[in-house]
Amino acid sequence: MANKKLAFQDIILTLQGFWSKQGANLMQAYDNEVGAGTMSPYTFLRSNGPEPWGAAYVQPSRRPADGRYGENPNRLFQHHQFQVVLKPSPKNIQELYLQSLAELGIDALEHDIRFVEDNWENPSMGCAGIGWEVWIDGQECTQFTYFQQVGGIEVDSVTSEITYGLERIATVIQEVDSVYDLEWGNGVAYGDIFKEPEYEHSKFAFEESNQELLLKLFGEYEQEALDLLDKGLVHPAYDYILKSSHTFNLLDARGAVSVTERAGYMHRVRTMARKVAKTFIEERAKLGFPLLKDEALREKYLGKKGKYTKIVEGEEK
Amino acid sequence: MTNYLLEIGLEEIPAHLVTPSINQLAERMETFLKENRLEFDKIIKFSTPRRLAIIVEGLAEASEAIDEEVKGPSAKIAKDAQGNWSKAIQGFSRGQGATPDDLILKGDYYYAKKHIDGVKAEEILSKVGDEVIAKMTFSTYMKWGNNDFLFVRPIQWIVSLLEDKVVAFDLLDVTANRFSRGHRFLANVEVELKNANDYASKMPENFVLVDAEHRKAEISAQILALASENKWQVTLHKDLLEEVNNIVEYPTAFVGSFDPKYLSVPAEVLVTSMRDNQRYFEVYNQEGQLAPNFISVRNGNAENIENVVLGNEKVLVARLEDAEFFWKEDQKLKIEDLVAKLAKVTFHAKIGSITEHMARTKEIAAKLADIAGLTDEEKRDVARSAEIYKFDLLTGMVGEFDELQGVMGEKYALLAGENANVSAAIREHYMPTSAEGELPETKVGSVLAAADKIDSVLSFFNVGLIPSGSNDPYALRRAVQGLIRIIEKMNWHFDLSLFIDQFEGENHLEILDFVKARIQKLLLEKLDRHDIVEAAINSSNFDITNMMESAFVIDGHKLHEPFKPAIENVSRSINLVKKAKDIKEINPTLFEEDAEEALYNVVISLQNQWTYMPGEEKFRAIVHSLAPAIETFFESVMVMAEDLSVRDNRIALLSEVVALTSVMADFSLINTK
Repeated sequence: MANKKLAFQDIILTLQGFWSKQGANLMQAYDNEVGAGTMSPYTFLRSNGPEPWGAAYVQPSRRPADGRYGENPNRLFQHHQFQVVLKPSPKNIQELYLQSLAELGIDALEHDIRFVEDNWENPSMGCAGIGWEVWIDGQECTQFTYFQQVGGIEVDSVTSEITYGLERIATVIQEVDSVYDLEWGNGVAYGDIFKEPEYEHSKFAFEESNQELLLKLFGEYEQEALDLLDKGLVHPAYDYILKSSHTFNLLDARGAVSVTERAGYMHRVRTMARKVAKTFIEERAKLGFPLLKDEALREKYLGKKGKYTKIVEGEEK
Repeated sequence: MTNYLLEIGLEEIPAHLVTPSINQLAERMETFLKENRLEFDKIIKFSTPRRLAIIVEGLAEASEAIDEEVKGPSAKIAKDAQGNWSKAIQGFSRGQGATPDDLILKGDYYYAKKHIDGVKAEEILSKVGDEVIAKMTFSTYMKWGNNDFLFVRPIQWIVSLLEDKVVAFDLLDVTANRFSRGHRFLANVEVELKNANDYASKMPENFVLVDAEHRKAEISAQILALASENKWQVTLHKDLLEEVNNIVEYPTAFVGSFDPKYLSVPAEVLVTSMRDNQRYFEVYNQEGQLAPNFISVRNGNAENIENVVLGNEKVLVARLEDAEFFWKEDQKLKIEDLVAKLAKVTFHAKIGSITEHMARTKEIAAKLADIAGLTDEEKRDVARSAEIYKFDLLTGMVGEFDELQGVMGEKYALLAGENANVSAAIREHYMPTSAEGELPETKVGSVLAAADKIDSVLSFFNVGLIPSGSNDPYALRRAVQGLIRIIEKMNWHFDLSLFIDQFEGENHLEILDFVKARIQKLLLEKLDRHDIVEAAINSSNFDITNMMESAFVIDGHKLHEPFKPAIENVSRSINLVKKAKDIKEINPTLFEEDAEEALYNVVISLQNQWTYMPGEEKFRAIVHSLAPAIETFFESVMVMAEDLSVRDNRIALLSEVVALTSVMADFSLINTK
C-alpha cells in the first residue's frame, strides 16, 4: 500500500489537480438536490450538441431510497461523486482514469482492477450510455460511460463520463470497513459529519415526509418547468426539473408511488428532460456553438452552410 | 504457404459478447477469403476481454487465377439488318474489355472469355479492415470521440501480420501494425510481434493467456485445487465460468471468507450475493452445507493478493449485511398487509393490478384442481396459495434480489405459519423458468403454476398484446411451453378449448393456435415426422396430454407392417364422412351385410372403454380391430348404395369410426406414401 493514506478531502484535491490538467474545467457542486453528478447541468445539458466540453466537480448526490439510518457500512442517503466529463471522449480515457487511481495511491499491481460491463441508463432523463463499472477488489468504485443518448437525443460528439464513488474509493484507500470510519480531513471522521444527517434524512424520507405536500410540490415544479421552457429559459427550467425529480424520489422512498403511478411520474420527468435537452441545443445553435472552434468539426456538424439542422430534421420526426 | 495474424485490440468487451464475437470474426474471415478465392487450411481463434484475434494457417500466396465465360446478348440481336455488330454486342464487348470479334458463339448466345489474374495474399488482406472488421455486427453498438463509426467497444490497436510482414490498412484512426499490448497491469507495454507465428507464445510471456479454452481450463484447475486443499465441494457453474473467463486475461484464483453468523440468512440469498452480484464460486463443506467461504478469480498474478482478498471480503460483508437487514425486517411484515398493497401494483398497465391477476388465477386454479382430482385439503391449499402467492414482491429482499422471487415467498410463508403445500406452491408457481427448467413437484404448485400461466395468456391476448415474430416481451411462448409441460407431466386430461371458453375473452381461437404451435415445437424437438405431429395436434378435442401421447405412440409404430393399411382405411373413412352433407343416426336394422354388423360391433365395444384407454392401447385397437373391420367393410359393401337410406346408414356407421379415431389424431393427415 501507499505510505500515506489520503484523507477524503485529499482525495478530492488530488482528483481536481489531476483532471484540471487533462482539459477539465473545475466546476463547483451544483446547488440543487440531484441524485447523481450526471444530473448537473454541467453534464446533462453540455453533453448534447457538437461543442467540446470538459468539467470536473464533486457532486453530493441524494438518493432517499438508499438511506439506511446511518447503520449500513456503505449505503447512504447522500454520497459524494467526483464527476469528470470530457467531450469528445479522448482516445486514452481509460489510461487517464488508471493514472488518476495511481495518483491516489491505488497501485494496480496491489489490487484487482476490472472493467465490468455496465451499460448505464437513466430512463427518466432519457439517457443511455455504454460502458463499465470499475471494480477495485470486487468493490464497484467508478461508473465509466460513453454517452450515446441524452434527453432522448442521440449525441453528436460523444462525452466520456467518469463518476468516482468517493466513499467507495476512500474505503479502499484508507482500508476501513465502514464509511463512517473514514477520515474526512484534519482528524475529523466522516461519521462525525454525516452520521446524524444520515439518520435524520432516513427518518424523514421513510417516515416523516409530508406526502401531500410533496405531491403538490411535484405538480407545481413541473408546471413551472414547462412554463419556463416555453419562454426558452433553459437553465431556470432545468432547475425546476431537478426539483420535481428529487420530489419524486422522496415520494418513491416513502412508498407513496405505486408501480403504475411510477411509470406515469417517470414519463412526466422524461417529457421535461427531452424538452430541456432540445431547447438547450436550440439556444446554443442560436449562439453559433461558440465553443466549437475546430474548422473540420464545424463543417462535420454544421455542414458547409454552417447551419445545425439535426433537431429540426431528426429529433422530432 | 504462410500464416496470417489479425488481432483487434479493444477496450473491455462485455463478457457475454467475447465468445460470439470471436466466432463471428472467424466466420467473416473465412467467407472473405473464400470470396476472394484465397486458399487456407484453417483458422485458429484467440480471445480475451481486450482482444479478438485469429491466425489463418496455410494461406496461399495468391488467389487462384480463373478463366470464365461471361454470357452476353443472344445471337438474334447480335447483328443489325446490314450484318453489322449491333449496339448491344458492341456495348457488351466494351464492358468485358474485348472486341465483338473476340466473342464466341455457343448455342444461341455470345460469350466473352474472361481471365481473372490471381491476386497476392497481401493485397487481398489489406482489405480486411473494411471488408471483415467493419462489417461485424453486435447486439449493442457504441460510437466514441467525434466518430460516427459503430462497434462493440472502441478499437485501440490492430495487428495485421503475414508471417513477418505487416499488411497495413487503416480503420478509423487506427493503422494496423505489429504492436500488440500486454496485460493492462502486469505488462503494460507494447509487445512487438516479429512474426505472426510468435503470437501464441509471445502473449503469455506478457501475461495474456490468449487461448480462451486454455485460460478456462487454467481457471477450473486453480479453483478445484483450492477446493480440494480446503476440503470443500465446489460446482464450476458453466455460465459463471464462461463469464469469469471473459473478464480476465491472466487468472489467479483465491479464497475468501465471511463471518459464519451470516449463515443464518437463507443459503439462496448468500449464493445470489456471491454468484450473481460478485461472480464468486460458492463452496460447500463435505456434508454439503454452505461454507462461510468463497473462491474468486483475480485478473492478475498472486503478488499482493492479500489486498484483493481483504477488499473482496469487505464488499461481500456489506452485501450480506444488507441481506441480513432485509431478512430480519421482512419477517416483521404481515402477509395480509403485503397482499393488500398488491392492489396498487400493476400487472400490466392495460390489464390491471396484481390483485386482479391473482383473483383470476384463483378461479382458474379451482377449476384445474377439480380436473386434477385434488383432495379437499389440497383444494383448500390451492385457494390459499392463490390468495397470497405474489406477496413477496413487496418484501425488501425481493426488491433487492429480484431473482429470489418465489424462493423468499416460500420461506416467509413457512415462517408465517402457512403449511408446506401452500408455501411450496408460492415458489413453484414460477416454474419452469427456462425451456428445460424444472417443473413443480407438488400438485398444489402444479395447479397454481398452470393457472397463473393460463391467466397470463388469456389476459395478454385479451388486450391484444399478442406475440409476433421475435417479439414476445411478456415471454408468453415460454409460459405456454411451461404450461404444456406441466399438463403433460401431471397427466391431466381436459379439453383446453372448452376450458378457456369458461372465461371471457376475444381471442380464444388465436390462443388455441398459439398453444398448438408450441405443442408442435415441443414435439418436433423429439420427433421428425411433421405429418404425424400435425395429425396428433389436430385431434378432435384439445386434450394436450393426449396430443403429446398420440404423437409418440403413432410415431413408435410408423415402421410396423400393419401401420400403412390401417391408416389408409381410417383415412378413407374420414374422407367419405367429410363429403357427406348430413349424418343420420345409425339404424342396425338397415344393415345388409355381415361386414356392417361386424364393424358396428367393434365400434360399440370400443366406445364403451375408449375414454379411459391409454393411447398405446387405443392405437393397437385401431390397427388390429377397427382397421381390419373397416377393410372388410369396404371390401364387401358399396358405401354409395343406390338406396339412400342404406347409404346414409353406412355413412353414419363410418362417422362413428371417425369419431373414435379422431380423439387420437386426424389420421387423414398422415402420409403413407
